[in-house]
Parts: sequence; structure tokens; C-alpha cells
Amino acid sequence: MTVVAAKPISSPAALQRKREQLGKQRSGPAKRVRVCIGTGCAAKGSRRLYELFVEAMKESDMAVEAVICVGCHGFCQRGPIVVVEPGEIFYQQVEEPDVAEIFRETVLGGRVVERLLYEDPVTDKRAKTAAEIPFYRAQQRIVLAHNGVIDPTSIDDYIAVGGYGALAKALTAMTPEQVLAQVERSGLRGRGGGGFPTARKWRSCRNAPGQPKYVICNGDEGDPGAFMDRSIMEGNPHAILEGMALGAYAIGSSQGYIYVRNEYPLAVKHLRGAIEDARAAGLLGQDILGTGFSFDIRINRGGGAFVCGESTALMASLEGRPGEPRAKYVHTVESGLREKPTNLNNVETWANVPAIINRGGEWFASIGTEKSKGTKVFSLVGKVENTGLVEVPMGITLRRIIEEIGGGVPDGKAFKAVQTGGPSGGCIPAEHLDTAVDFDELTELGSMMGSGGMIVMDEDTCMVNVARYFLNFLNAESCGKCTPCREGLAQMLAILDRITHGEGRQGDIDRLEQLADLLEGTALCALGKTAANPVLSTIRYFRDEYDAHILQQRCPAKECRGLFRYEIDPEACKACGLCLKHCPVEAISGEKKVPHVIDQQKCTHCGTCLDKCPFGAVLKV
Amino acid sequence: MTVQEKLIETIVSRYDGEVGMLIPMMQDLQAESGYLPVDQLRRLAARLDTPVSRLYAVATFYASFRLAPKGQHEVTLCVGTVCYLKGAGRISERIQEEFQVEAGGTTPDGLFTFQAVNCVGACALAPVMIVDGQYHDKVTPDSAMEVLRGLPLEQRQEQQETKT
Repeated sequence: MTVVAAKPISSPAALQRKREQLGKQRSGPAKRVRVCIGTGCAAKGSRRLYELFVEAMKESDMAVEAVICVGCHGFCQRGPIVVVEPGEIFYQQVEEPDVAEIFRETVLGGRVVERLLYEDPVTDKRAKTAAEIPFYRAQQRIVLAHNGVIDPTSIDDYIAVGGYGALAKALTAMTPEQVLAQVERSGLRGRGGGGFPTARKWRSCRNAPGQPKYVICNGDEGDPGAFMDRSIMEGNPHAILEGMALGAYAIGSSQGYIYVRNEYPLAVKHLRGAIEDARAAGLLGQDILGTGFSFDIRINRGGGAFVCGESTALMASLEGRPGEPRAKYVHTVESGLREKPTNLNNVETWANVPAIINRGGEWFASIGTEKSKGTKVFSLVGKVENTGLVEVPMGITLRRIIEEIGGGVPDGKAFKAVQTGGPSGGCIPAEHLDTAVDFDELTELGSMMGSGGMIVMDEDTCMVNVARYFLNFLNAESCGKCTPCREGLAQMLAILDRITHGEGRQGDIDRLEQLADLLEGTALCALGKTAANPVLSTIRYFRDEYDAHILQQRCPAKECRGLFRYEIDPEACKACGLCLKHCPVEAISGEKKVPHVIDQQKCTHCGTCLDKCPFGAVLKV
Repeated sequence: MTVQEKLIETIVSRYDGEVGMLIPMMQDLQAESGYLPVDQLRRLAARLDTPVSRLYAVATFYASFRLAPKGQHEVTLCVGTVCYLKGAGRISERIQEEFQVEAGGTTPDGLFTFQAVNCVGACALAPVMIVDGQYHDKVTPDSAMEVLRGLPLEQRQEQQETKT
């Protein structure tokens, strides 16, 4: 933890001096231990590891510069992660008893503790640093560049790696128009889901009549299975503040808001701290760096409503009302928060801006595809070997993300689909895995980029049930303001419920498609308009699964209860009696040394026998 | 001025009495007692010169607001996509059956409040159950039952102390 600079930084030159001074302090073979306290690692007890390292440091005589908490490294599957400098020694799955050994061997002795290194499952080679691990090798980090490296609670750490340099550059050497031009040149598109050109939005807001103007950071990351924005807010909050300040300068705004999802307490804490530190350092508030530009930011916590990720609903929430969207025939850039021109971008979009100003729009535009520039952060989750956060250049194929970075599907199962774009996205099957990831290609496939959730599904996943899951989610989160969404989703859900219970009827697929068409054409906001995507994309690629449910009352993935049977393999059954003992309806018969049998008439398909059998003798057929 | 009135006054002045800051005010109010007591909502409405119906609309729209007291323990089950794919649905069913509690509700004996939330973003640990702030990873219906059956009744103070 740092002591906040007592004196505000009064000019860009002073900021530069401070950076040089911090650089001198930190040069040389500094010993630092970086403990990840992102939500994934923290859930596995990394906070305690941090405390133990601090204790060890206090007890030792050797000079250890610091033990610091850092944000998410991305490799959540292998958490808790501890990195030791110098040498960037990357330890994974660290537990409390390991702390003493790491401290003694690596920190004090400069030796590597082999057993805590990552072992490549293919080559059996151990990786000493993150750069040697396949999970990181194919990544290109711009937004996450400093995640896992700097202490998110220290403004000095951010300044030392060049932080607020872009702001200083913009305020002294660039006009707002020039800042806008660089963003325009970069080709940056909104990372929240829509992919709208960021510079065009900024320009509309800048040109809109009316004062004051507001900028908003949408941190209401509600897609299940997506935690990109959380990791940025937790791991590098100042990058977001700097991006917002740059946007405000370009647009002509002096007040910003960050709307953070209620379930993200650590993100709120780090952002709050960052705002206070930035104010104290003169990097937010009145007369920033003595340039006359003023800008401040306030944080609001969401209330746990998915629809508030929609811009007009979010603004309603910021005004203290229920988060119901409004029709957007008048854009929010003209009349948004409190009916003033308002520019809303999501966390990742804002976090890209400082790098664009620092290195130029041209550089950013050199990464990615023709129409999708830069990188994109994805949370790669589900039935994949390496769960975690990845940042890749646009244009990389889905296959490389899933197989090379993600390590493929675990347990020898077959890949079935990858779901992108959150609840309103779609499922992409194996035959399209070589598609390049960019905004337009994914839309073409009936899915979308969305905010960056990427959920891998294997052969055990029933695609009809997946569609039902997302519809159930959206139906529950629909605000109820417009009829198509409120009633249409309920009807679609009822049909899917029937199908997954084996009561599907001829024509159900047509009925689903009709309702989907209606929703797309008539719903008020994007939630309703895109709500049918999971249904449409699964019908498009997995129609045979729908047919099996409807025509044969059979679930090919053996997931929908009642649409498959449990049987005991007499060869594998050791007649231990466990299943028999636990069956709640006494459907299993058998005695010692005689393989057990399930009475299909009595069986309620609860699956208890499958869970209990230690020999894998219970089969789904 | 009663304690309750003072609390409302403190919260309102924290946001300069701005009605637009109603949601943060209600969040602060809930942070005090774990839920939104009706009489306190009335006081807040009167102080802001706003109809109670508006506060009620906000309280019922957002999932994080509660109008009833919480149980002794807080049990949060993630039913986000990944947890669901890995069996959270069945865990939820078991909890609801065994403890006669609905998602969002509290067990009849007041032991715990059960929340099913859409993704806590700890997908590497899926399925995840959070009990009084402690994360339990790769939960199964059986292991969830084991944790919940082991929750002590009426010993909440002590529990929280050992946690910190």
C-alpha cells in the first residue's frame, strides 16, 4: 500500500519528474513478491498468502523491497498465483505451506522451487515464467498489460509504468479535436457488445447542443460467465480513470460516472481508492496538472439488474429510478443522463484509450482485422482445460483461443460448441472454429462479440437446454416494460420447457422462430431484440437435437431429465450396494455379489445412483 | 430525534438530499440492518418529499434490495452459465428441497438466506457456493449439503469474528 502523495502534481513536467524518481527507486535487482488477489485467486485464499509473505518479509533481515497485491493474471485455473521478481518466477496453485519455501528458496536464495512451476501437460516441461506457458504465449496484452504487474491500490505503481502520461500529453500537446482524431484513426469500437465506433459516438456527443455533458463508464458487467471488466476494474483502475479523463477532454465534459455491478465489491473498493488517490495527486478534480482542464468522477453501485447494462436503463438507474430502458429515437449522446448529452462506453473501451493516445491511433489500427482493430479480452470458461482471462488480437481464430490457449476440452470429451456474446449471443459449432474472431464475422454466424464471454461446451451439454437456460435468464431479467419482451419471452420459455420435458409438439420450432422474429422486430431495447439469439443459433446448428427431443422424446446429450435412462452395467457393477442404499424411491434391486438392476418403472431419473457409484457402473443410455 | 431518524438524516445528507441518489441511499440504509425496514423507507420518503411508492418500485425492481430480514447465515449459490453447465441447477434443487427455502428466501428456522445469483465471476471454481463470504469450489449436491448442515444456529457473532 502506498502513502498518497501529500502534494498534488502541479504540471506535466512534475508528473514526468515523479515518474523518473519512481523509476530510480525501483531500478536494480529489486526483490518483489506479487500475490494475485483477483476474485479467482482470493476465493482460494490468496489474501492469507499475502499476509504470510508480509510476515516472512518482516522477520527476515534481507532487503525485500515489497510484497504487493496485484490484480488478476488471467490464469484463474491455476490460482493462487505468486510471481517473484527478479526473474518473473511464476508459481501456481500456491498454498499456505508453500510460502515459507518460496521465501527461503526464491526470495532469499534466488533458487527456483521446481514443483510449484507450471508443467506443460503435453511436453511435461516446466515453465519458469509466464511467457513460457502456452496459455500466455498466444496472447497480446494492451488492456491487461499491467494487470498482475502493478498494485492496483497504488497510484505510484501506475505512474511508474507510464500512467497518466497520455493524459498529460493530451492536455499539453493536443487539442480535443486531435485526441478525437487519434481515436478515430485507431478504429476502436465499443467493447460492451454493440461494436459501435467509439470516435463517432464521442463526436456526436461533442457536437450535441447542451451543457453540461456527461461521460459514463459502464461497469455493470452482467453476462454470466464473463469477468473481463471486473478484472480490469480490480487490477488496473487508474487506466479506466485516465481513459475517461481523455474522453471527457475530447468531448468537453467535466463530470463522469462509473456504474459498477453490485456483485463486485473489490472493484468498487479499488475504484474508490483510485479516484481518491487521483484527486489527491491532482489528476482528477479542478485544474488537472495545472492545465485548466477539470474533470471528476463519481461511482454508483448497481442494484443487481441485468437490464441496467443497457445504456438508457443504466442512466435511469443513475437518476434513482428503476432501470427501465426507453426507446432510442433520440440518442443518449444528445439526450442521456438528466436529458443532457451523455457518452457511455464500457470499461474495456475506456481502458484502451490511454494506450491509443500514447502510441497513436496508427499503431492500434495495425493490430486486428480490417474492421475490428486492436485486441479483445475474453473470459474463456466452461468445459475447457484452462479457464481464465485472455487478451488476443482481433482476427485470431476461435480454434486457437480454445485449443492453443485454452488447452482444449478436458477429460477426453468432444467439443460441441462455443457460446459467445452472453445471454443474447449464440452457440457456434465445431465446423466454424476456424472463423476469425471479429465483430462482423461473429454476427455473420448468428452470434456476436458481446462483451467477451466465451463459454465452451462439450458433448455432455444439451443445446436445447442451453437455449432454455438463457431464455430463463432473460425472462427473469426482462424489466417488463414492453409487451413483446415480457410476454414473448415467457411464451418461448414455456415452449422450451415443454420440449426439454419431452412434451414437445410438431411445429414448436416454427412457433419459436415466429416469436423470435416478433421480438427482434418489436422489442424496445437490445435485451429483447437479441433475446432470441440463443434459440435461433441452436436451431440453426443443432436442429437435430431439437428434433430428437420433440419427435423421439430423447435427449442426445443425456442431460434433460426423463429423456434418457439410467442403467447399471453388470460387468462393471461390484454389487457394493451404495446405489441401492441411496436410491430415494427404492428402484434398485440386488444383493451381495449379484449385479444390481434399476427398475425403469419406479426410477425418477434423479441421478443419485450415478453420483454414488464409485466404479462408474451406472450409465446414461 | 430517534436513532432511526438520525440514521436517515445522516444518509440523506451524505448525498446532499438529492433524490437522484435514491439508490445509493437505499443501499446505505440496507447496509445498516441487512434489509429495508418499511418504517425506515417511509421516513426516507418523507424526508425526500417523494412518494413511498417510488421507493417501493426501486426496492422491488433491483434484486439486491430486501424487504425482509436476513437469516443467520448467507448462502449464495452461483447459477451463472458455467456453474449451471457443471451442475449448479441440481445443487439448487437439493438446497430448496432439503431446507424448504426458495431462491431469495430464508429457511423457516432462520438459519440462512438463500440467494441464487447470475455469475460471481469465479468460473475456474465452478460450481461455486459462497457461505458467509467464504468460497466453496467445485461443489456437488452432497458437499453442499455437508457444508449447510454444519452451519451453527444462533452463533452468528462468533462465526463472524473467526472469519476476520
